[in-house]
Amino acid sequence: MGIPYSYSFRNLWTRRLTTVLTASGMGLVVFVFAATLMLTEGLQKTLVQTGSPDNVVLLRKSANSEVQSGVERDQASLLESQPEIAIGPGGTPLLAKELVVLINLKKRVGDKPANVIIRGITPESLELRPAVRLKEGRMPRPGSAEVIAGESVSRRFKGCGMGETLRFGMRDWRVVGVFDAGATGFSSEIWGDRDQMMQAFRRPVYSSIIFRLRDTTAFDAFKARVESDPRLTVEAKRETQYYLDQSEAMAKFLRILGLVLTVVFSIGAVIGATITMYAAVANRVTEIGTLRALGFQRKSILSAFIVEALLLGLCGGILGLFAASFMQLITISTMNWASFSELAFSFTLNVSIVWKSLLFSAVMGLVGGVLPAFRASRLKIVEALRAT
Amino acid sequence: MAENSEPIVRIRNLSKAYRRGTQVIPVLTGINFDIARGEFVALMGPSGSGKSTLLNLIAGIDSADQGSIQVADVEITSLGESDLARWRAGSVGFIFQFYNLIPVLTAFENVELPLLLTHLDRRERREHVEAVLNVVGLADRMDHYPAQLSGGQQQRVAIARAIVTDPEILVADEPTGDLDRASAEEILQLMDRLVQAFGKTVIMVTHDPRAAEKAHIIRHLEKGELSVT
Repeated sequence: MGIPYSYSFRNLWTRRLTTVLTASGMGLVVFVFAATLMLTEGLQKTLVQTGSPDNVVLLRKSANSEVQSGVERDQASLLESQPEIAIGPGGTPLLAKELVVLINLKKRVGDKPANVIIRGITPESLELRPAVRLKEGRMPRPGSAEVIAGESVSRRFKGCGMGETLRFGMRDWRVVGVFDAGATGFSSEIWGDRDQMMQAFRRPVYSSIIFRLRDTTAFDAFKARVESDPRLTVEAKRETQYYLDQSEAMAKFLRILGLVLTVVFSIGAVIGATITMYAAVANRVTEIGTLRALGFQRKSILSAFIVEALLLGLCGGILGLFAASFMQLITISTMNWASFSELAFSFTLNVSIVWKSLLFSAVMGLVGGVLPAFRASRLKIVEALRAT
Repeated sequence: MAENSEPIVRIRNLSKAYRRGTQVIPVLTGINFDIARGEFVALMGPSGSGKSTLLNLIAGIDSADQGSIQVADVEITSLGESDLARWRAGSVGFIFQFYNLIPVLTAFENVELPLLLTHLDRRERREHVEAVLNVVGLADRMDHYPAQLSGGQQQRVAIARAIVTDPEILVADEPTGDLDRASAEEILQLMDRLVQAFGKTVIMVTHDPRAAEKAHIIRHLEKGELSVT
């Protein structure tokens, strides 16, 4: 048996102030590390939840988003008659030919303009997105200049509140309802009657077609057939995949940013831990000599100090995670780079991020503790005992 | 005492020098020295005479340049570092001038430390620790931390730690050097009792003539050489 863990733990406890200060430094790094992971997770979760695995999005080939896409009316009619499309309760296909346009609106706070997605919908659009629920007001009447706004848009942009009026497409549009779409990208959109919008924006073509699969396993066959049909220039994606692809550019950016910040910060934190552990070794030279005289091997001393550094790192990890968990209360909005529109999402903490953060903090502790622990284990007994 | 029995410590032609840069400072030169089992030996001499070095060599925490040290028939100069550590754990009890207790461990845990290197289970360890704390008269203080004990009490805990594994020899470096008269007297009586009642072999380095009086044999070191008093 080696030196008991309680020895390492109690030494950290005995010098609480130093421990807390060093752990705080590491905690700050873990906070940044966890926060960027939470940001990426929140972004992806929001976008992925926007999609439903049974739904298929049809876009013009090589269009990355609905905003860039256009589907001609004749192609739309061809697609509408495909056998894989589920039939709705009214006997009509569960398929929506939608229009997606970006408009510029001013934010309520700061008056700064930002892009907002306007989606021209049909009655099927709502059936295809069960997550979307009207929160107040009513649905827009077909053929009228009425819109409903996603909750997040309604809260953050001028003219988007219940009963307010927006001007775009050379017309005034009245907001007659606010809808809740949970933590999805639809919360950052404004919806209105498609045909009215196509006229207002002078758009002759649809942006995208969304439909529900009759049988979810039929997707691959459908995709292969449609994409090889010479009459069609569309690409089929599962809706979940479509939104995941949309989040990829941003998620990648966040990951790289997070990694760079974390690496730079962690060098500082590791040096802090090294200094603390060197001081711990220096203060306990006699103790180390005594333990060695009593018959403890070098490797016991080494592991006692490594355990101490690991515990120190984990303290930092817990502090950092504790602070980061409060970030979940914050909702931020940013540009969705794929559609150039504003997207609101929250920091999201999950078990995987907790484990990654704790592992990261333990590694920082370990790296910081290795050199001092080696020094402790290499001390000559007689010289160590003489240090009294 | 045990003059006819085999010596427990047998030192032959032992030399040790320290090197400071190119300078070689001899500390011990050609020491020959036997200690019989159950002896209480005091090593005296002025500072720098090499008495602590001799003690460290016997205890296996320093290495000799030349010569042989046998303790209970083990030639410790030929042991490697790990073997030497194992040997120390089972065969040597240390008593230091400043007690050298681990401040974050209780009296009980300090005494238990050497037993962690044995195969004893938790219950057996507890029995051993309680037994030796009884011997030193501190059974009621076993949950106290070193800082909550007086100097004399700390040294008694240290003695309990030194004897808990029932080692062949006890080495004490100025065991009373940091204590007041009364506490020092207590410690010396305790060490004397370990020799008389438990048959321990004690090798003690001291400056204090009063401490040396307790010993059966006093050996003086002067400039690295031993003389008998």
